[in-house]
Amino acid sequence: MKKKNFLKSDGVQSFVASIICIILGLLIGFIVLLLINAKGAPDAMLGIIKNFFKWKSGAKKMENFGVTLVKTAPLLMCSLSILFSYKVGLFNIGVAGQYVAGACAALYGVFGLHWNWLGCLLLAALAGAAFGAISGLLKAYCNVNEVISGIMLNWIALYTSNMILANYLTPGRKDTPELASKAEYSKAIIPSLGLGKLFNDNKYVGLAIIISIIFAFAVWILLSKTKFGYELKATGYNKNAAKYAGMAEKRNIVVTLAIGGLLAGIGASLLFLTDFSQWDCNQTSVPAMGFNGIAAAFLGGLNPIGAIFSSFFIQHITDGGSNVDLTMYCAQISDLISAIIIYLCGFTGLIKYLFKSGIFSKKSEKDAVNANAEPAAKPVEPADAKVTDDTSADDTPAGKEAETPDNVADEEAQASGKGGEQ
Amino acid sequence: MGMVIILIQYTLLFAAVLSLVALGGCFSEHSGVINLGLEGIMVMGALGGALTFKFLGGDASPFVTILAVLFVAIAVGVAYSTLLGIAAIKLKADQTLIGTAMNMLGTAAATVIAKSINLAEDSTKPSSEIAYPGRKSFLFVDGYEFNWFMIVAVVALVAAYIVLYKTRFGLRLMACGEHPQAADSVGINVYKMRWAGVLISGGLGGIGGICYITAGVSSWKFEVGVAGFGFLALAVMIFGQWKPTRIALAALLFGFFRALSNVNSGFEFLKNLNIPGGIYNMLPYVISLIVLAFTSRQSRAPKAEGIPYDKGMR
Repeated sequence: MKKKNFLKSDGVQSFVASIICIILGLLIGFIVLLLINAKGAPDAMLGIIKNFFKWKSGAKKMENFGVTLVKTAPLLMCSLSILFSYKVGLFNIGVAGQYVAGACAALYGVFGLHWNWLGCLLLAALAGAAFGAISGLLKAYCNVNEVISGIMLNWIALYTSNMILANYLTPGRKDTPELASKAEYSKAIIPSLGLGKLFNDNKYVGLAIIISIIFAFAVWILLSKTKFGYELKATGYNKNAAKYAGMAEKRNIVVTLAIGGLLAGIGASLLFLTDFSQWDCNQTSVPAMGFNGIAAAFLGGLNPIGAIFSSFFIQHITDGGSNVDLTMYCAQISDLISAIIIYLCGFTGLIKYLFKSGIFSKKSEKDAVNANAEPAAKPVEPADAKVTDDTSADDTPAGKEAETPDNVADEEAQASGKGGEQ
Repeated sequence: MGMVIILIQYTLLFAAVLSLVALGGCFSEHSGVINLGLEGIMVMGALGGALTFKFLGGDASPFVTILAVLFVAIAVGVAYSTLLGIAAIKLKADQTLIGTAMNMLGTAAATVIAKSINLAEDSTKPSSEIAYPGRKSFLFVDGYEFNWFMIVAVVALVAAYIVLYKTRFGLRLMACGEHPQAADSVGINVYKMRWAGVLISGGLGGIGGICYITAGVSSWKFEVGVAGFGFLALAVMIFGQWKPTRIALAALLFGFFRALSNVNSGFEFLKNLNIPGGIYNMLPYVISLIVLAFTSRQSRAPKAEGIPYDKGMR
């Protein structure tokens, strides 16, 4: 009995559902590798799963572990942005553009304003929030679907950022300079706090990762422990009910997307202000970070704490993608696996539903029903079993329930729906 | 004068793409399924078409090339859209999430396939670029880019109008997007209708994809996908209020702004304004946001779109 309760808890179900998604995703990825070139497929798959573990020396292992962590921080922020908005019933696909806006603002803070890292980070937060708020305003007051406005804003942010940052290029190149290259820029580097020493002197590892984890807990507290978070979630469940209960549903939409944008903007600054990566002003496609955030958010069961682990996993296999033998495969195989995982995440609701009523619990329930039914007259049994299949799990013992008028009506409705099977 | 013709040709080309894809979205949404995966469908259809070009080579007769490319692009688009059908109709998953996944999957899969084919030919050249030498057979005016896809788009527009408003199938399809329970009660199979809507949108999205990547260029890097064109098409559809005739006009407007970003440097007076190229690049997206802001409020969207149909629900 206790085991059943354990399986019925939402967190466990989400976890199992995510694991199923991962396994299926990796399996399909493996099949694709087999189709491309059967001989190297096992090695390639191992390379993706191992990522930094492929290094023999412990020091190298730690250094590359650090690299994955550095890129996990912005990914985690993006996935927090997605899941926060999703809890309020908004699909913030504009996260990619908000991320770009954040990156642009952070780097403008460095090169244009010569601010320190905290100032640049706040500027990035502001820029991301502004882009999110545009989507929110359009949604709340003009009824524009946030997905479509988000995509448009992604491209607008990309082209705007390319234009703004083109003023600060490294001489003779198409990307922005390294922050460490000049004294007035280097104060914008997020401090390492000595954490880099743990990762074989990987100077990019530092405060950024801690900030992102703090934000994960902050989002969790905001959503599940505060009145404000409750209001936002209520708006997401039923906009009209929230309005009726006196909540400012339009304001909530704008605020939600602004917060989503703020998270994504900070995420971008956490990558670019570690000096790990520079902005390429020639890029013609929106960075994948935001879209991978969608994968991480859903894989983490839309839970901020789960997102910490799922972000790391998504980044882990994304980095692992570069381990494949590039004369046979391409690194994008990881993107393919992430995309498959997102597609499968669409079915987590279904998997949870199966948990509640389907394959996982049906067997034990049927046993229970049979145990109840056995003392009764034998011929009735098949009818009993049929009823339990159709009604929900709570209606035990099922045989008696079917007699009540409510259920009879239900049965009739279903029968007529199926073209009068009975 | 030459520049004006070039501007017109690109406007018509992009308008053809946008109207084809927007019609795809239109069929899907009228049946009650939101198809945000159009972008992914376009990429896959484009890949199918491009590979057909590649394997036919430049020697096949124009007629065969055109038919084969169209057929494969449609077939791949339809096949790919079954992913949406299974998820949205059969398994009642979140359509927004599935659409997004399909977009990412489309670009990733197309890149992997294109790169694998290129790697198999030459293991030192990992590129996702696929060239289509037979593209010229699609053009019917020497020296210009007027191509058969424009005709296909016009045919599709007329056909969509007739199918949606003048046939029993179309009216039933639209009923399923407005009030599926009512449609079911008079004996229409809602699931079948929704499948039809999704598969038609897959086919139209597939043609739109190959049409987009052949617009004025003779090779394509699949890593970049189709640059948000699937979503621009959705904006066209919304601006067109889900009606084929208005979609055609909306597509012309959006196509014009997209064409401007291709040819702006050719016009003397635009050159003198000294506007950076980035502005022209983002113009279609900015315009679509502004247009959507003004037109979405009195949206005539199908009422039941995005809601999975459940027979047992009351």
